[in-house]
Amino acid sequence: MATRFITPAIWLVAVLVLAWPLGKYMAGLMDESTAGRARPRGGLESALRRALGPAWDTDQDWKAYVVSMLAFNAVMFGVAFLVLLLQRWLPLDPDGKGALEPSLIFNTVASFTSNTNLQHYAGEQAMSYFSQLFALMWLQFVSAATGIAALAGLSRALGGRTKIGNFYRDVSRATFFLLLPLALVLGVILAVLGIPMTLHGAAVAHTLEGAVQTIARGPVAAFVAIKQLGTNGGGFFGPNSTHPFENPTYWTNVIENGAILLVPMACVWMFGRLAGRLRDAVVILAVMGILLVGGITAANRLEARETPALTTLPVRKAPENLEGKELRFGAGAGPTWAVSTTATSNGSVDAMHDSLNPLTGLVPMVGMWLNVIFGGVGVGMINMFLFIVVAVFIAGMMVGRTPEYLTRKVEAREMKLALLALLIHPLFILGGTALFAATSWGTHTVLNAASHGFSEILYEFSSATANNGSGFEGLGDHTIPWNVSTGLVMLLARFIPIIAPLAIGGSLAAKKPTPETSGTFRTDGWLFGAVLLGTVLIVGALLFMPVAVLGPIAEHLSLGGAR
Amino acid sequence: MNAPVRTSDHPDEAGSAGAGRPAPDRKLQRRAARRRELFDPELLGIALRRSVLMLDPRTMARNPVMFTVEVGAALTTLVTFQALLGGPGDLAYFAPLTLLLWFTVGFANFAEALAEARGQAQAETLRATREETVARRVTDGREEEVSSELLRAGDVVRVAEGETIPADGEVVEGIASVDESAITGESAPVIREAGGDRSGVTGGTRVLSDEITVRVTAGAGESFLDRMIALVEGASRQKTPNEIALTLVLAGFTLAFLIVTGALPFMASYFHATIDVPTLVALLVCLIPTTIGALLPAIGIAGMDRALSANVLAKSGKAVELAGDVDTLLLDKTGTITLGNRQARRMVAAPGVDEAELARAAALASAADSTPEGRSILELAVELLGGERPRPPAGAEPVAFSAETRVSGVDLPGGGRIRKGAPDAIRRLAKDGGQPVPGEVEEAVTEVAQGGGTPLLVARDARILGVVALEDTLKPGIRDRFARLKGMGLRIVMVTGDNPLTARAIADEAGVDDFLAEATPEQKLAYIRSEQGKGRLVAMMGDGTNDAPALAQADLGVAMNAGTQAAKEASNMVDLDSDPTKLIEVVEIGKQLLMTRGALTTFSFANDVAKYFAIVPAMFYLALPQLQALNVMHLTSPRSAILSAVVFNAIIIPLLIPIALRGVRYRPVGAGALLRRNLLLYGFGGVVVPFVGIKLLDLGLTALGLS
Repeated sequence: MATRFITPAIWLVAVLVLAWPLGKYMAGLMDESTAGRARPRGGLESALRRALGPAWDTDQDWKAYVVSMLAFNAVMFGVAFLVLLLQRWLPLDPDGKGALEPSLIFNTVASFTSNTNLQHYAGEQAMSYFSQLFALMWLQFVSAATGIAALAGLSRALGGRTKIGNFYRDVSRATFFLLLPLALVLGVILAVLGIPMTLHGAAVAHTLEGAVQTIARGPVAAFVAIKQLGTNGGGFFGPNSTHPFENPTYWTNVIENGAILLVPMACVWMFGRLAGRLRDAVVILAVMGILLVGGITAANRLEARETPALTTLPVRKAPENLEGKELRFGAGAGPTWAVSTTATSNGSVDAMHDSLNPLTGLVPMVGMWLNVIFGGVGVGMINMFLFIVVAVFIAGMMVGRTPEYLTRKVEAREMKLALLALLIHPLFILGGTALFAATSWGTHTVLNAASHGFSEILYEFSSATANNGSGFEGLGDHTIPWNVSTGLVMLLARFIPIIAPLAIGGSLAAKKPTPETSGTFRTDGWLFGAVLLGTVLIVGALLFMPVAVLGPIAEHLSLGGAR
Repeated sequence: MNAPVRTSDHPDEAGSAGAGRPAPDRKLQRRAARRRELFDPELLGIALRRSVLMLDPRTMARNPVMFTVEVGAALTTLVTFQALLGGPGDLAYFAPLTLLLWFTVGFANFAEALAEARGQAQAETLRATREETVARRVTDGREEEVSSELLRAGDVVRVAEGETIPADGEVVEGIASVDESAITGESAPVIREAGGDRSGVTGGTRVLSDEITVRVTAGAGESFLDRMIALVEGASRQKTPNEIALTLVLAGFTLAFLIVTGALPFMASYFHATIDVPTLVALLVCLIPTTIGALLPAIGIAGMDRALSANVLAKSGKAVELAGDVDTLLLDKTGTITLGNRQARRMVAAPGVDEAELARAAALASAADSTPEGRSILELAVELLGGERPRPPAGAEPVAFSAETRVSGVDLPGGGRIRKGAPDAIRRLAKDGGQPVPGEVEEAVTEVAQGGGTPLLVARDARILGVVALEDTLKPGIRDRFARLKGMGLRIVMVTGDNPLTARAIADEAGVDDFLAEATPEQKLAYIRSEQGKGRLVAMMGDGTNDAPALAQADLGVAMNAGTQAAKEASNMVDLDSDPTKLIEVVEIGKQLLMTRGALTTFSFANDVAKYFAIVPAMFYLALPQLQALNVMHLTSPRSAILSAVVFNAIIIPLLIPIALRGVRYRPVGAGALLRRNLLLYGFGGVVVPFVGIKLLDLGLTALGLS
């Protein structure tokens, strides 16, 4: 039992160690202080600056920043949409992939623009190399960079600046100086470890029985690298990282799993440095860490027993649930990855979530419902900021002062925005699930009955709303209602919780700071850590307990789990 | 400040009981006497009647949480009637549920109405002083008698000995002693005179001697008291900024729980289950923060009420709330930090002079001096002489203090003039008499002055006998009080007219953070601005017209009732007691108000966990029987589980009314300690209490056969 925790413990510590210098580098990259601006950043930056002109140089307040972000993302959405629409006439299509259904194009582009990477298609069957590289992979870079830029903007606002930077500058720096080099390094490592990297078409093999087998391949290493680093999760192949070409060995699995967490973790440090609140960042990181370790531990323990369906059968007891696992990764790899990928909003998979024991399946859902356990690149920390605002507001009153966060008073306007952003989450998850559970849109697409089928619908909306992108599977999700609804949900659930926090940041930055005294509610100690953890857990539990009960818990109990 | 709740309603009794105690204690007693019991039967009656009237949806809409409950209750009522007329549903379950939901709304209204009634009762006792009186209004030199109700601001009235002052105003002519006990409870008369900083008079107080001419500053219904009364009454009460923000948060969570419960029937249809409307409403009502939603208005009113019972009139609820946020307190030295009168503390004899001789001379020189300083010299001398009280021999002639000579003393019949006075005056006396001033005496003079005291020299004829040191005395306990305030993060600044040397000495002794010496009104204003520039919220207390700009500039200005109209107009609060330490109390009231809101909000949300465990398994009892495993409290039946949760949700409101009205216990400790305590009590307690409560209620319902 203990051995299954050794591997995750080792790589978790390794990621933690790597995240510190990376966070420092990111903060330096995004440093907009006078000293930070003066730092030379090389020829590429000069080129970008010349190309973008005044758009690069102006300092933006939060409104201008948001407008630029939306404009940039709209353009990216449009370009990707066109690429997928015109894929038949575009180059790099050695296997002659066909046209795509429009609702699927909408869903896919929304999915990749929103850093979700929910895939209602199988990449090796539907997408040309051109589409994979220049629509999807490109979006994997810039959507992740959008998240980092937004967090940088928020951090600067919380540091007290009303001019929160320049979106174009931030997104370019995050793309070209952070994600690109990181992906390059990881891509090379993965290619060396055996992941294909080629523009040749599918290989054709003759098997021993004499059958002809078409083996899909392509520029997989590059795709997988950014998929893991940018909390994207959209696989080159339909089966994602369970596919031997995306994740061939034990070691690629460990590295890919670590890559999921690296940048989200570093984002917390970046926040701490840019806002000038490193001690606060330690507390936030600790809270996220406790939730992550708790999730990994719970999932591994719950999965270390055979599936309840087998308990009554006259078969030898299995030490664990091996259904849907890739055994080359080792026993604990499935649940550990499942938790990592849903804690962050990555969404890649190395095991079948549908086959997890019912209660194990609940753990990834909880990760998506909370969406703050490191969360998506940049946005995870932004989501946590919303919980911080709520925690500060409710607990802050208990010290007898108007609630303050980082010396600024938190008042009606901030709370209105924070609640708007927080309410989006249950609205889409519960509303969407209710709609599809009550209509044939959902009931005709689930492959299992009762609670398990309910979980399939619930998971899909959780995944779309949390911008996660993983699938529980067992769901015929390539239908027009699924494509359109999850597409819309992904876009709204992506941008509203970015815009509202930036507005809060702008509003806080415009206020006069109050000096910190011993009467101030401090947000950089263990006590606040406990308050924050409690807020996340209680708010999460209150909003999602009924669906957790109807789905995974009811299934667990109906399978005799209660004994 | 948590004023103790007394069981007696007789102010006289309280007055006599407290007569022997030190002044602050007596004051507390007096206030406590005016306070009603928490559940005074008369007020309960008023509150009950009003809580029914408040069911009007237009009134309820002010409170989104309770409005949601009311809509839910109305819906449930409809469904119950439908069941009564033969529709689907179990009447024995629907009917009690409906009743409980209405009770939930009623309890919330009751809490608010009770707080209002208490505030009004409090205000009424003050208002009772201003019954209609006859005023002598002076118009163009002619005097006419009019009712006080008809007075307008700007009218001029004459008030003579024995008459009641008809309205708030400012003395424009004359001087009179005024009995203000009706307002302040203090029986000693006070002097009010035209010009200067003691010109404010309050309607309802009585002139004891002489006649004054008063310009009315607030006509009938416009006085501070009238405004304050309006603030505790429903109609003109406006939500404070923090209250608005909290209402928004509560509304937001109500919306979230509407989504949660609204989604359930659709999800239930997936499991081929149906959930009836009353059960859904029950879940919703249990989940939305009804506890804090119900008590929120009461908490705000109770805060105003506490200010009122501290004899402070606030111009708005916002001012009370703001008091909790204050960072810097500007406190006057005299009356707040020191007792105000300088007392003789020690004597230093000149070389070659016997200490007893000095003491005897000092005593003789002060024998006829009735000022507090003079009396204190006499007392010190008696102490130094071991109880002997020197009396001037017959025929001794006292020499009174005059501004010209700046000395006082006594001429003894057998020759010998004993004098005491300021060092330079006595020095001149010695010089004129050809006597030297010993170096030791000069040293002692400098030492006393540097230590914050006032040196006096005593001489017999031209010979200097020694130095008497008059020193400011700190109020007892003020050091500890400041230490506690500083622990809460407040900066305390002492304001004094003394020279910097004296000021520093007292500042060090009292342990304040900063001081403003030789303070002029301009300096005070500048100091407040510079503090505000650093982001601090400043509170100050003042009385004079000179103080008005600083009072207006301060974030929280408290004027003394005895002060000028200008000072009162510039302030956010008026202290009826004109007590300089009141500022500290006001800050504590503000903090307690916010803490109470935070604590009850936390409690409200923490409660939900247990309610989920009661209701969710019960809801899906038929469709998903395996969920009974989640029935961790082992509640008897789905019906008793839901009813128990709803009963708990309803009765917790009246049970918490005392906390809402009195405020959570406030201790002047740092933020961390406060938070730990409140989290444990209201957060952790909030999770545990309902598990126990619901289980007990379920046992009770089962015993009654209602399950």
